[in-house]
Amino acid sequence: MQVPAHFEYQRATSVEDAIALLERYGPESRIVAGGHSLIPMMKLRLAQPELLVDINGLADLGGISLAGDVLRIGAMVRHAELLASVTAGTHFPLLHDAERVIADPVVRNRGTVGGSVCQADPSEDLSAAFTALRATAVIEGSAGVRRVPMREFFHGPYQTAVGPAEVLVELQIPLSNSATLAGSSSAYLKVDRRAGDWAVAAAAAVLRIDRDSVVTEVGIGLTAVGARQFAAVEAEDFLRGRQLTGEHIAEAGDIAAQHCSPVADQRGPVDYKRHLAGELARRALHAAAARADLAIIGRL
Amino acid sequence: MTAALTPGTSGRRPDPFAGHASPMGHGNMVRKEDARFLRGRGRFVDDIRLPGMLHGAVLRSPYAHARILSIDTGGAESHPKVRAVITGADLERRGMAWIPTLSHDVAAVLATDKVRYQGQEVAFVVAEDRYAARDALSLIEVEYEPLEPVIDAHRALAPDAPVIRDEIPGRTDNHIFDWEAGDAAATEAAFAAAEHVSSCEMLYPRVHPAPLETCGIVADLDPVSGRLVVYATAQAPHAHRALYSGIIGIPENRIRIISPDIGGGFGNKVAIYPGYLCAVIATSITGAPVKWTEDRSENLMSTSFARDFHMRGEIAATRDGRIQGLRVQVLADHGAFNGTSQPSKFPAGFFHIFTGSYSVPAAHCTVRGVYTNKAPGGVAYACSFRITEASYLVERLVDVLAFDLGLDAAEVRRRNLLRPEQFPYRCATGWEYDSGDYPRAFELALEMAGYDELRREQARGRRTRAETGEGTVMGIGLSFFTEAVGAGPRKDMDIGGFGMADAAELRVHPTGSAELRLSCMSQGQGHETTFAQIVSEELGISPDDIEVIEGDTDRTPFGLGTYGSRSTPVSGAAAVMAARKVRERARLVAAAMLEVSADDLVWDKGRFHVRGDRAAGVGIGEIALAAHSGLELPEGVEGQLDATCVYNPPNLTFPFGAYLCVVDVDPGTGQVTVRRFVAVDDCGVRINPAIVEGQVHGGLADGIGMALMEVMAFDTDGNHLGASFMDYLLPTSMECPSWELGKTVTPSPHHPIGAKGIGESATVGSPAAVVNAVLDAIGVRHADMPLTPAHVWSAIQGRPLRTDLAIG
Amino acid sequence: MRVTVTVNDQDYIRDVEPRLLLVHLLRDELGLTGTHWGCDTSNCGACTVWLDRVPVKSCTVLAVMASGSSVRTVEGLERRGGELDQLQVSFALCHGLQCGFCTPGMLMTARWLLDRLPDPSDVEIREAISGQTCRCTGYENIVRSIRHAAESERAAG
Repeated sequence: MQVPAHFEYQRATSVEDAIALLERYGPESRIVAGGHSLIPMMKLRLAQPELLVDINGLADLGGISLAGDVLRIGAMVRHAELLASVTAGTHFPLLHDAERVIADPVVRNRGTVGGSVCQADPSEDLSAAFTALRATAVIEGSAGVRRVPMREFFHGPYQTAVGPAEVLVELQIPLSNSATLAGSSSAYLKVDRRAGDWAVAAAAAVLRIDRDSVVTEVGIGLTAVGARQFAAVEAEDFLRGRQLTGEHIAEAGDIAAQHCSPVADQRGPVDYKRHLAGELARRALHAAAARADLAIIGRL
Repeated sequence: MTAALTPGTSGRRPDPFAGHASPMGHGNMVRKEDARFLRGRGRFVDDIRLPGMLHGAVLRSPYAHARILSIDTGGAESHPKVRAVITGADLERRGMAWIPTLSHDVAAVLATDKVRYQGQEVAFVVAEDRYAARDALSLIEVEYEPLEPVIDAHRALAPDAPVIRDEIPGRTDNHIFDWEAGDAAATEAAFAAAEHVSSCEMLYPRVHPAPLETCGIVADLDPVSGRLVVYATAQAPHAHRALYSGIIGIPENRIRIISPDIGGGFGNKVAIYPGYLCAVIATSITGAPVKWTEDRSENLMSTSFARDFHMRGEIAATRDGRIQGLRVQVLADHGAFNGTSQPSKFPAGFFHIFTGSYSVPAAHCTVRGVYTNKAPGGVAYACSFRITEASYLVERLVDVLAFDLGLDAAEVRRRNLLRPEQFPYRCATGWEYDSGDYPRAFELALEMAGYDELRREQARGRRTRAETGEGTVMGIGLSFFTEAVGAGPRKDMDIGGFGMADAAELRVHPTGSAELRLSCMSQGQGHETTFAQIVSEELGISPDDIEVIEGDTDRTPFGLGTYGSRSTPVSGAAAVMAARKVRERARLVAAAMLEVSADDLVWDKGRFHVRGDRAAGVGIGEIALAAHSGLELPEGVEGQLDATCVYNPPNLTFPFGAYLCVVDVDPGTGQVTVRRFVAVDDCGVRINPAIVEGQVHGGLADGIGMALMEVMAFDTDGNHLGASFMDYLLPTSMECPSWELGKTVTPSPHHPIGAKGIGESATVGSPAAVVNAVLDAIGVRHADMPLTPAHVWSAIQGRPLRTDLAIG
Repeated sequence: MRVTVTVNDQDYIRDVEPRLLLVHLLRDELGLTGTHWGCDTSNCGACTVWLDRVPVKSCTVLAVMASGSSVRTVEGLERRGGELDQLQVSFALCHGLQCGFCTPGMLMTARWLLDRLPDPSDVEIREAISGQTCRCTGYENIVRSIRHAAESERAAG
């Protein structure tokens, strides 16, 4: 069996303690949460940190709750917990759509929301979901707390705004697109080669429409197709302010496909992934619209 | 199963292993081996811990093709926990750097001159614990000069292709062998006269058996006695002993091979791998037991792969779809060494049974084997020595024929299936099929599936989709396979020079319990149960009182082991014949006990009684006691009841089956959902029906895997693109439907209880059904496995992709 | 590094390297070889055990991370006195295992499922075990076994 190289291990007693440990040990130290991205990389010796700072015991980083005008999701929330959260599912059905297709149930018992987002794998599902929801990452370092919009969070594959001595504390999702509001909902759709596989491509859609079926707010996230910050900004811009019609959704899908930059791998060639970006964006928008207001389905 | 074991029993849970549920002989019973597995008390190789045991790790090549300029082991040797580092140069000094394969070639144990595939073994480290052994690998410095690799089998014979095996004097190309079967002239004539010819190029891609337990060994050489004990994941312990003896030079009487519980084999655990030999050498160097267990990447990258047949098939037929001839050309990618584990006279295994289940007057195939810069192997993964490839080829070709002629795929099969009166049937390439009633199995499968209604549903769906442009498309795929298992007659079949006969030793104890010692080796097939039932049926001893012993060369008779679905056809027959010998001896003893003539005794399952007087009889237990007692026996009758049989099968057994798969395909994404799978199997007499069905279930899942997701592709540098379970995808519970099984029973006429092998039937028969269903759904003539969403979508666009190369 | 862990209601203290994987702690240090491993990438689920009452893949948890926690493995499924768990009985009766290598992990996940959901649908059973590979059974009889256990437990009250 593949095994990691040597490292030291410390359990953080608080977020401050974790930050202090990271500062003391420098860039060769890493936070470990669920470990389901990091430990496999360490076994392959693609990652060889000198110190692991375990934040599993930090209750401050847990919990899913409503706080003012946001839903806050602690960085240490396990995937299974988010999937089981009625609050999260009621406000943002796409979170449950996405969680249902992340890895498998046993991995979801251990892997964390914050760990997934910080891994910033181009195929990771929650990145596009939070991007579509316009979530904000709350990051803490010795200088204090920073708030970074998801659309500025990703600095490239496996790179994020979280500094070497910082900790992602939580994600906050504005309730302005809550599915509890009339004309608002969301959906996430993924194509994979098999249950539990990383996405070939996936799309997140968040919609809000007014009484005249005009799109007042829209978020489109794309997974694994090289969309900048996991977002289909051009497609969002196209839809916003337009009537939500089948033609407009189709065109938004085309725009999303045009503006992404997939790379070929064993999951598929570029043309297929580009096609999926459009197809899944369309389908996710339709699904969100159907959830938002069953009455408008006839018009699409 | 008795009422006491049904749900709802109150109070203390019944112990399912108490034995009261066991039948006397054939039938369903709770498996004896499950008592330990369910408690976590199985004993697998990696569970073994011997005092002072060291751990090995293998350094592997990052390159597919490179010259080794230097190896510096100094860093590793100075690691405080490292006890030895072995390189190819060390083996060369012992004359063990290269070893013979089972296919008339040699293979490197540790690379000396060059590395020839990514993942090839370069050095072996022995350390005090497994973590340290891994650490030390990174302290070995190897200087490589990368060479151009040969990755695409179609390039292997190009004049400018690099020569992979340039260590062989005079070798100037990558050609291994040319082999043919059938009658070329008759086939040519059939094609010349045919009303219609369809042809198709198809690839059965490189896949891997990937048992859940990887390969491993604990080697323990006693420095005082010179005795070597090897605990290994070995499907063929006796063959391993003979091979080790030949390679290492320790006589067989001083080698003991123990196969403990094996966590799945599927042909992956037939061969002897370099890691095993390194562990054996390491125990001799260090004087301590040495364990080596592969990690998953090592398993996928270096041990026996399966298939990799590039096939061009042609089918000649009348305009109404009656087959007149079959012609096939195969390019076989064998990797860097020809290391296929198969009967030595059959370089392409049993591929030449490619006429399948049909009455085909003329057939011919040529197979050309080539070297590439990939791992060696080719025969594994429940392939019945390449019948997987043959069955897939003909079942795909029949569908292509139906497609080209605009005929229904079921109807074309109906018109060509062998008829019961044609058996025993000698096919155009020489096999003699023992028995079968193919139309009965075929019609049963169609009936179970509701074939006509499915076709009507499909027509309705197509109309709806034509109108709306939305929704999924449904497809129906058929496959009718014929297997040939139970190798095999000694005069025709040998492995490494050893004839493929297997032995059984049956000992009946004085109190009437028994032990059966076998040369085969279970990897999950439930031998402890099935073989006890075989003897139970013959002697009337409860299967709970029959101990089945296998997997230990010190305790079992010689034989070639378990692969190619041969346990029941060969060892099963040996067990029956041994039991019948016991019965005949028991008859003589009973005659002495009852003071009557042996001819006057009637056998009534477990008891001899005097003809016409049921009350005057003795049971097998009493007979056993008498056979060990002071009872005076007739002249020439030995005491006791023990017997041995070495069974040389007169022919293979030919199980068959009709499979039907229903899929739904989303044309917008290429995603396939398997809705239903109907499988009608005929494996002759079923000893334990539940175990037979379980074997079929597993093989059907293999078919889903190969048809839809499993593949080992390589990029142009020779990097393995399926080297972990993140990339080599195996089916989960979500991709598998609830299997719908049916059966017919056509006994084998030459097997003593009419049984045929079943272990590989479903793996052989199912991939074509799934592929045929997907292609039927999307209306595409052919596309290669695996039909992942990307491949399905690309096929719909008319731009099918090569599935064995990196997607560019 | 000191690890204190309760496995199947028994307390253990061991000094281990921080990099030791939980599966190796169980197998090599504590001799509990019922928990297997089949990959390195947390795909196959052969190593599934309970960590603080929840199934996890023990090949992707460090032993030191489990310190202070309770672990339950297949060896802890039997009741005291050797009475088998209903799932063990049902797997035997429904032929839910062949080579037995995936079985311990399957049993642990199935036990967790039935503790939370006494009457699961076949789809729920399939989803629950979808992160665990079986190469022998095609999953059919594993699903049947779990369903059989659920029915038996409900009937027994």
